[in-house]
Amino acid sequence: MNRYPLWKYILLIVITVAGLILALPNLYPAQPAVQVSSSSSDFAVDNNTLESIKTALTKKGITVKDTEMLEDNKILIRFNSPDTQLNAAETIKESLGNNYITALNLAPATPKWLRGLNPMNLGLDLRGGVHFLMEVDMKSAIDKSLTRHTEEFRTFLREKKINYLGVKRVADDLIIQFKSTELRDQARQEIKSQYRNEIDFTDEETAKGAALKATLTETNIKNTKRFALQQNITTLRKRVNELGVAEPVIQQQGLERIVVQLPGVQDPTVAKEILGTTATLEFRLVDEGNDAYSAQASGRIPPGDQLFMERNGNPILLKSRVMLTGDYITDASSGFDQRDQQPSVTIVLDGKGAKLFAKATGANVQKLMGVVFIEHKTVVTKQEDGSFKKDTKVSREVINVARIQEQLSKRFQITGLDSPQESYNLALLLRAGALAAPVYIVEERTIGPSLGADNISAGFKSVIIGFVLVLIFMAVYYRVFGLVANLALTLNLVLIVAVLSMLQATLTLPGIAGIVLTVGMAVDANVLIYERIKEELSNGVTPQAAIQAGYDKAFSTIADANITTLIAAIVLFGMGTGPIKGFAITLAIGIASSMFTAIMGTRAVINLIYGGQKRVKKLHI
Amino acid sequence: MKTENTEKMINFTGMQKPAIILSALLMIASIGSLIINGLNLGVDFTGGTVIEVGYNEAADVDKIRKSLAEANFDASVQHFGTAKDVLIRIAPHEGDDRAKTGDNVFAILKSNDANVILRRVENVGPQIGDELRDDGGTAMLLALAGILIYVTLRFEFRFSVGAIIALVHDVLITVGIFSITRIEFDLTILAAILAIIGYSLNDTIVVFDRVRENFLKLRKVDAEESINISINQTLSRTIVTSLTTILVLVALFYFGGKIIHGFAFAMIVGIVIGTYSSIYVASTSLLMMGVTREALLPPAKEADDQEELPESH
Repeated sequence: MNRYPLWKYILLIVITVAGLILALPNLYPAQPAVQVSSSSSDFAVDNNTLESIKTALTKKGITVKDTEMLEDNKILIRFNSPDTQLNAAETIKESLGNNYITALNLAPATPKWLRGLNPMNLGLDLRGGVHFLMEVDMKSAIDKSLTRHTEEFRTFLREKKINYLGVKRVADDLIIQFKSTELRDQARQEIKSQYRNEIDFTDEETAKGAALKATLTETNIKNTKRFALQQNITTLRKRVNELGVAEPVIQQQGLERIVVQLPGVQDPTVAKEILGTTATLEFRLVDEGNDAYSAQASGRIPPGDQLFMERNGNPILLKSRVMLTGDYITDASSGFDQRDQQPSVTIVLDGKGAKLFAKATGANVQKLMGVVFIEHKTVVTKQEDGSFKKDTKVSREVINVARIQEQLSKRFQITGLDSPQESYNLALLLRAGALAAPVYIVEERTIGPSLGADNISAGFKSVIIGFVLVLIFMAVYYRVFGLVANLALTLNLVLIVAVLSMLQATLTLPGIAGIVLTVGMAVDANVLIYERIKEELSNGVTPQAAIQAGYDKAFSTIADANITTLIAAIVLFGMGTGPIKGFAITLAIGIASSMFTAIMGTRAVINLIYGGQKRVKKLHI
Repeated sequence: MKTENTEKMINFTGMQKPAIILSALLMIASIGSLIINGLNLGVDFTGGTVIEVGYNEAADVDKIRKSLAEANFDASVQHFGTAKDVLIRIAPHEGDDRAKTGDNVFAILKSNDANVILRRVENVGPQIGDELRDDGGTAMLLALAGILIYVTLRFEFRFSVGAIIALVHDVLITVGIFSITRIEFDLTILAAILAIIGYSLNDTIVVFDRVRENFLKLRKVDAEESINISINQTLSRTIVTSLTTILVLVALFYFGGKIIHGFAFAMIVGIVIGTYSSIYVASTSLLMMGVTREALLPPAKEADDQEELPESH
């Protein structure tokens, strides 16, 4: 009388098999590997590269497990242990030099017939690596936009031949000053249509005549911020690729923050330097007509000039107008100057930049040009009232002054850097593009590889031990029914792993804690059902009817109890970040799958055992 | 366990007074400690830097302390788990070298002993800590609100108040124990507290579910008696589930590693208190609010519910 329809058995079997297959890749732990790619299109990654790597490794006596050419011009070399992996990475780096990127990697080791299915991702706390939370300095993104508009207004008014006295910034507005109301009105007519939806123009009367106040619209500000964030994510991704990190995570978090996770990176110093820097270059003409020392001493800077410092501390006057900014750079590589063997960076410009630069340098042959190295640094200080103040410090240094010998265009070289490392970093930064706005690190977590290994073994051990303890308890306490519940519990564990693998969710230590907790709580549904069956039996109900009633009556309780816990899990997921999210995901998956295994799964097996018999004398419960 | 037999029934509702006094004392102690001591908040909440390093042999904590003090770091240094591992906490400080604190400290340690290995660095900006505190609070309130709505819909408003009282009771005492023991309160503890909310609720709902069922079923029995029967009927379930959960948590506590230690501890405390509260606190508060069977009866017909009266009394 306790029979399940065939389709329920089929469903159960299908889900069990699917769960087993999806969970299977997790039995093949990822192998330590090194991934080699090229940092510039000038250097190919091919079989020759592979051969030279192999020779270098054999020379050092490092055994290679297996090599593989990947599709996107990369070589993957697998090793037997993380120690050989580290040594090998060093050796490969030395033998190939700066033009190739060597990245530590964990390569999946799933057999061929399982390819396409992936094991769970391991979080940084389980495999080691660096986690950064970076905040984008939106104020300077807005500043940048205002500066750009200042230039644009000037050009626009000049082109339209409207006389203006000046454009200057007041707070977050730009004031365009005119001699007369007529000129102002004329300008407004022209300029308004150019910047519809982007900028609001309002009239202002000033002592000097009439002015237009330009204010960025809300949408414009929002777009600027969004663009800055997107642009920064793109740039950070390029930089991370340049650093040579396999499987990095670069994600937006909220409206102003970016999460960067670099698995396998052991030294956060280099990563921090490369990711956080907003280094770029500017090219300006040197004012050769005025003396920089006297300008510095008197504080009177000649109009149209700006005072800079050279690396050696000498002052220098450069023209305010920028000949070229770093925005036009498409490629850069580091090397040494052929004449004096100084560290140098070779720069390649895009079409527009090449044209601009050719025009600017062509008109100024035999004049001195300064290369300005610009770096932003953001300092956050807590104010007394508890709010935070961000100050962006911009350092501008003239790294190189040289006479323009000829018209420069698409490809040229700069020198004046302190060390090969600096030229290497600068080339990398220029290649990856500038950040649209400075970023600064608000949170950093580094987990050493040894701690990662400890965590994973501890987590694994505690899951197994907790699991076995519960299995023993259930078997002793509920006997046959307990064994059935144990089957369900095992399936539950398989299903959680299967769903996590399918979703490609990242398993973290709190996630493991979530799994362990689910194991403990998953039996709750069975406990509720079994206690109910016991109650019915003691009320004198027949065994078959007791099974029926036990499952039926316990159902609403199980549903109520699990839904409330699910509410807590969902809130946790919605509000939490990183580790808390991982915990919430596993908890939620565990609740859902335990409902399935503990109710449908155990019922199916119980029905198989007792359901067919006409008269069951005793239930082993 | 034959809980249905009246001879074996424990008079839980009769123990209202001692239970109220015990709970009140625990809660007052928790609030008192929270006001006086506060919580030993971890770097996740306060901002600052935590560095965990490992040595080949037992580490000399005093020496590390001294060399860091010489370099002007306001550091607290202690062994972490084993004598070979050391945990260094550095209070948040201003200035642009904050991001480099971890590197600088490790450089100092390395110059003293080349064999030291970096196991973990956590560097949290002060504004992140503040946000986390706010977000954690919001999460807690949101979870409570969601539960309140669900329980009101499924049961009745007084039941949801009863559930919330039990919840606040459990969370407050768990947090209070962290305040009294000075165990560091970090992000994983917050996760544990939220899990406790889920668990304590689970426990309470199971009892409430039975109360509702019995209110509808046992027509001649008054509310107090009916609640007492419900608690007794669900007692073995309450204990078995708490036991299995505590089993795995003990496994987690002893084998899960140092980082998960606090989490497991918080959960064990929470579950013990949650089990107690679902037996004594939740139902007692139902009685005190004057829950009656009528409140749960469906508006119109009620004839169907009259089945199998128990043979009690």
